[in-house]
Amino acid sequence: MDVVLSLIQNVLEEGFIYGIVAMGVYITYKILDFPDLSVDGTFPLGCAVTAAMITGGINPWLACIAAFAAGAAAGCVTGLLHVKLRVTDLLSGIIVMTGCWSLNLLILGIHLPDPLSGNSLLQFYNQPTIFTSAPMSLLPEVLYQYRVLILAAVLAIVVKLLMDWFLRTKKGMLLRATGDNKDFVTSLAKDQGSMKILGLGIGNGCTALAGSILAQQAESASVSIGTGLVVQVLAAVIIGSSVFGRIKKLRTTTAVLLGTMLYKAVLLVAMLWLPSTFLKLTMAVLFVAALMTDRLGKKKGSVSHG
Amino acid sequence: MAEQKALVELRHIRKVFNAGTVSEMEVFHDFSLTIHEGEFISVVGSNGSGKTTTLNLLCGSLSADEGQILLHGKDITKMPEYKRSAFLGRVFQDPSKGTCPSMTILENMSLADNKGRVFGFSHGINRKRVNYYKSQLELLHLGLEDKIDLPVGVLSGGQRQALALLISTMTPIELLVLDEHTAALDPKSSENVMELTDRIIKEKKLSAIMVTHNLRFAEQYGTRLLMMDKGHCVIDSGLDGKANYKMEDLLRTFNEISIECGN
Repeated sequence: MDVVLSLIQNVLEEGFIYGIVAMGVYITYKILDFPDLSVDGTFPLGCAVTAAMITGGINPWLACIAAFAAGAAAGCVTGLLHVKLRVTDLLSGIIVMTGCWSLNLLILGIHLPDPLSGNSLLQFYNQPTIFTSAPMSLLPEVLYQYRVLILAAVLAIVVKLLMDWFLRTKKGMLLRATGDNKDFVTSLAKDQGSMKILGLGIGNGCTALAGSILAQQAESASVSIGTGLVVQVLAAVIIGSSVFGRIKKLRTTTAVLLGTMLYKAVLLVAMLWLPSTFLKLTMAVLFVAALMTDRLGKKKGSVSHG
Repeated sequence: MAEQKALVELRHIRKVFNAGTVSEMEVFHDFSLTIHEGEFISVVGSNGSGKTTTLNLLCGSLSADEGQILLHGKDITKMPEYKRSAFLGRVFQDPSKGTCPSMTILENMSLADNKGRVFGFSHGINRKRVNYYKSQLELLHLGLEDKIDLPVGVLSGGQRQALALLISTMTPIELLVLDEHTAALDPKSSENVMELTDRIIKEKKLSAIMVTHNLRFAEQYGTRLLMMDKGHCVIDSGLDGKANYKMEDLLRTFNEISIECGN
């Protein structure tokens, strides 16, 4: 029984942390219709920035904000490549993802005598993180053991509420219009290109923030943590919007969060039976399955519309 | 009729497509056109005559290889498309281009209502304006005022085009650009949208340029008629001569230029 409970706890923790990435990817993939691969680079960027700052004795909450800013900046680079230099959406993401790898090695090695040689792993055990310092350190003993779950849930819900609020503001509505019909945005005398850059900035900011949270939970950051992330998160977003998106009155951000939980649960259960070698293959199969459920759902939907 | 002030001028425009390739095509060699304030121009012509290219140059979707475009005498040749939209309203042939399909009628109208102002962090929908939006929708006689919370994507082409027309003229504009905006609709909707267009232009006293394949619309609506062929105006009724051009004359000239083109 304890095993099952700890598995559920694990799924929820990961679901909330990766749910923040999924909400960011929801902005780029679903709202802007931009398949953004830079996520694979901006997630470890968030981890790296956080690890380097915490090792340097900087407040962990500041590290979260810095991680968000670094991710947002990288996302803007993807946007600028696409909008200003007219590189295709997929290639812009691949370029930034590739470039981030070296950048992340440099950031992880910043405390070494020779930073230019880079570093692929930075551990910061026993340094204060958002999970061990105030306000979490003030929790009573009973709750303190669930601190990761509690804080991850609070952060994910805060991000969700902020995003819901933003998407209902004038700027947020203009962002939704950009993905829906960019000619309409142009006709409103607004530059649809800068809206795309903004959306990619927000999406990758969220991704790096989640990276920061994950690094603080693990108390370490590795350069390869983001590899294959985009496949997982896209699958989660697609599952979320096709399975839970049908429920009326449920915000899509909530559906995406739930989709991430479901994805993580399925992946975890699958990996209980399979050797770990099969992890990426399972991810690939799950991604195809997600795309298929989405397609089936759309077909049914179109019939009912008549 | 009194001397009218120029609103938009195209001066000595040259436009070449696919320059330097085997499919190079010079649409305009030296094309000039002046749109005056208060005019409603209907433009007809065969395919490839340069009608739609004229609109694209005007709106900035295409840039001219040579020549100048002026608004109230000010050079806007290099101004990007989105900035020109500040004083233009455009309705496309494709009804899906004028609205956002996954957003509701209310959201679409709220966005359009904010054109020319800052899109900031205040709430996107101003509830106080809902009654005004409904009163505007009532003018369309399509029953849309009861459907403001429906996504625009579920509306028919005719409904979407009527909404697009309303949306593009919600805020003050200098010129309404109609790009074969009735061509993709069934005959009944096409007739409705055309009547609506005429009513809006008259009520709001707009200047407009309309490209159409419908010779009857061109003859019936508007204050000035142009027929284009190979980058030139073969008929320009001018400021006050529109009544002189009858349907038969238009058809005859149109057939002549079409035969030349092999259409």
